[in-house]
Amino acid sequence: MTMAKLACRAVLLAGALTLVGCVTINIYFPAAAAEKAADRIIDEVWQLKNGAAPKAEEPGTAPGDKK
Amino acid sequence: MRTAIFFTAALAALASLLPAPALGQANLEINTPAIAALQRSMQQRHSQLASLYNSGAVGFTRDGNVALRDAKAVPLAQRQQVNALIASENQDRAALYREIARANGHPEWENDIRATFAQRWISRAQRGWYYQNASGAWVRK
Repeated sequence: MTMAKLACRAVLLAGALTLVGCVTINIYFPAAAAEKAADRIIDEVWQLKNGAAPKAEEPGTAPGDKK
Repeated sequence: MRTAIFFTAALAALASLLPAPALGQANLEINTPAIAALQRSMQQRHSQLASLYNSGAVGFTRDGNVALRDAKAVPLAQRQQVNALIASENQDRAALYREIARANGHPEWENDIRATFAQRWISRAQRGWYYQNASGAWVRK
């Protein structure tokens, strides 16, 4: 009898854990992926891909002109 | 029988714990027409904003926007135009954060995405540009 009760509790506990697991997945924010996405968009908006040097916006004393 | 129930229960409990970290590795979806259009719009505006970042007139806020930091750095005649530029940039940014959250099926992520962008705009900013620190004070990079 007690054994059956125990088994029943175990099943209930497992069910509860499964539910919690589902909720966790739903509200989990992928911070690392978001950072990568942000960097890709910033590269695009600021046109940073073709060269580490900032764009020739400043009155130039930059020695390396890009060709 | 009881052992079987226990075993099943244990397996179910384990299985519920496993997928969470695995899902975190995925990339966020950012290739939608709406996001691409916002990116283009912001890219076109950037050439005008960049000189305002350089002069310190405009800086990056801690909540992922841009703001007028030093009105005196802008000639009076251009202030209205600069304010309009800032307003449209912030509109695009808000739409961008919202669209990324929606494109990934989690509209409730909007604020997390905004916070992530706020950090990234600032750490990617050029030297000499201004940003707001955690307490809201302007800092020169």
